[in-house]
Amino acid sequence: MLTYIVRRVLILIPTLFIISIVTFIIIQLPPGDFFTTLQAEMAETGGGQGRETVRHLQELYGLDQPLWRQYFTWIAGFPRLDFGYSLGWNAPVWDVVAGNLAYTIFLGFLSLVFMVAVSIPIGIYSATHQYSTGDVVLSALGFIGLSVPGFLLALIWMFIGIVVLGVDVGGTASMQFRGAPMSLAKALDYLNHLWPPVVILGLASTAQLFRIMRSNLLDVLGQQHITTARAKGMREKKVINKYAVRIAINPLISVMALEVPKVINASILVGIVMMLPTLGPIFLRSLRTQDVYLAGTILLFTTVMLMVANLIADIVLALVDPRIAYD
Amino acid sequence: MQTIWERWTSLDSKKKSKEIVGQYEKLAETLGYQSAEELESDVEAGKVPETEYGLSQWRLIWKKFARNRAAIVGGVIIGIYYLVAIFGNFIAPYGLTTRSRDHIHMPPQRVRMVHEGSLHRPFVYGTIRELDEDFRLTYELDTDRVYPIRFFTQGDRYRLFGLFETDVHLFGVDDGGVVALLGTDRQGRDLFSRIILGSQVSLSIGLVGVLFSLFLGTILGIVSGYFGKWVDDLIQRLIELIRSFPSISLWMALSAAVPQHWSVMQTYFAITIILSLIGWTWLARQLRGSVLALRNVDYVLAARLSGANHRWVIFRHLIPATAGHIIVVSTLSMPAMILAETSLSFLGLGLRPPVTSWGVLIQEAQNFQTIAHYPWLFLPAAFMAVAILAFSYLGDGLRDAIDPYTI
Repeated sequence: MLTYIVRRVLILIPTLFIISIVTFIIIQLPPGDFFTTLQAEMAETGGGQGRETVRHLQELYGLDQPLWRQYFTWIAGFPRLDFGYSLGWNAPVWDVVAGNLAYTIFLGFLSLVFMVAVSIPIGIYSATHQYSTGDVVLSALGFIGLSVPGFLLALIWMFIGIVVLGVDVGGTASMQFRGAPMSLAKALDYLNHLWPPVVILGLASTAQLFRIMRSNLLDVLGQQHITTARAKGMREKKVINKYAVRIAINPLISVMALEVPKVINASILVGIVMMLPTLGPIFLRSLRTQDVYLAGTILLFTTVMLMVANLIADIVLALVDPRIAYD
Repeated sequence: MQTIWERWTSLDSKKKSKEIVGQYEKLAETLGYQSAEELESDVEAGKVPETEYGLSQWRLIWKKFARNRAAIVGGVIIGIYYLVAIFGNFIAPYGLTTRSRDHIHMPPQRVRMVHEGSLHRPFVYGTIRELDEDFRLTYELDTDRVYPIRFFTQGDRYRLFGLFETDVHLFGVDDGGVVALLGTDRQGRDLFSRIILGSQVSLSIGLVGVLFSLFLGTILGIVSGYFGKWVDDLIQRLIELIRSFPSISLWMALSAAVPQHWSVMQTYFAITIILSLIGWTWLARQLRGSVLALRNVDYVLAARLSGANHRWVIFRHLIPATAGHIIVVSTLSMPAMILAETSLSFLGLGLRPPVTSWGVLIQEAQNFQTIAHYPWLFLPAAFMAVAILAFSYLGDGLRDAIDPYTI
């Protein structure tokens, strides 16, 4: 088992290397760099520096170096958490990104918890009450939830908040609490701004997990060992919880790994729409200003999050399902 | 071999064995009948061909699809959307940039039928603009001015399908009045017209993007499954590499690389290609799987042994055999494509004004303070939501009908 984990982690290293090269190339694709973009922006409003200053700045920050050298300078710092210098924020990339990365992971984790906490119980309910009103309603809702993307849900939520409720539902706190000292009211307000993005990020995946849980459990309930258990006179509750659900839940682990990219994608878009401190808003800004190291690092981080999620799913799956050979 | 039908008709009703009745009932169900009797009466009336499962595969698929009501509704909605988009310039009463300085941020107008207590042909009232105490524009109805809605009126000049220059619009009102069924935006442009003209861009980008990823995905997927070995390895590693990035971040990074100074057409195609760059991997994976299974099927082997070349086998056997798959996957990719364009344009990374798509329209309404006062500016999102739901239902119905065992 340990060797399996070690091997999986070691494979990540060359993969990461290739991905970092591709990331760097993509980020360098737009013509010009941070200073020429800034210069063009300032020139539009009549300001800006001369060519000479721009060239001097490029030299100072190493932007005149050949690309391969810039690339190696960039990756050489990785082990020291040095991801380059963000010119847009005038701070090291790590200092800019760390908070937002933590918030993204926090939000993503909460939505994964939400997904599991909601989809499994309602999946069990639907499967054990097949074709009942509750099941039909849940299945219909599940289908809608599956097709409405988080980006749209976030827009609708903002719309409802402003037009119907008359409050600003964006950000992590209401206006009057920003910068205020900690209090019970502030904590409640924080929670009030936390659950909508968690639900929005998790909704589509919840619907997906619910559908899979329902059909898995229905399959399992039709199997002979369940009939045998019932025939022995086992209590129905035990049949469902100890026998059927335990088997039906296994495939959900790999399905959850497939849902992680959706959550990451949604966290970027929803973060921008709802003005949350996820990686989304700073990524968008860094792309617009050609803040290459910041943009590259965020692109890399989102990819790494995806890879780590897959890795965890594989390991967990290997742990719970003895049929998977891991040597 | 005797068909079920022949066996059925060769027996009189008393001798019909349980087994045959069972098969016949199954056939009736497959064909969409409530009972075997109903099928029999139809057969006697000469409505059903008298062979076993007398219908081709595609007819069977259609039968199954037609029973799925949600999918039919979805399909009809999509049909209407595309029809409206095709005749968009004709249906929209105004052009994309036609603005009326006297009607800025005007709320949606109601089409009325009753004027001063008596029935009237459909009309809209004129409006009087006022500034309220917050210096916001408000509009009062001016019940003295009646603008009947006229059909086939003359308005802005445009080219229908980009070919025929004309100025006839489906409907409009006389000079002096405006008809803004869904209100106007901050420049006094009619939102209804803009949504319809925007759907031309949004829906066509979905279509072109899917076609492009279909092209890449079909070729690379089939080649990968058919030739195997290092070709397969290479293509699969490429797919893995592309898919290891979360799609939104990759899309954002790539579309940020589209130079600002590119022309409208160049941007449009660049964005479409960027969107298909990820879309094709899904199709390629699916097709590779089916081709791997098909490669050793008898009729493909027979074709190879009879000396058919690769092109013949691929185009005559493999592509037709996987056609159902291709249709399902491309229908299901459409909403994702449209949504991706909308989100990119919304972020300001995709299409930019003067090109108008749903995403651009939503982006113009992005300021939520504006939305609080002028909620109708959010209507493009509703149009997009309906399109996406309709596409999902249609795709799901197609999948159930064509390919019930996959995905």
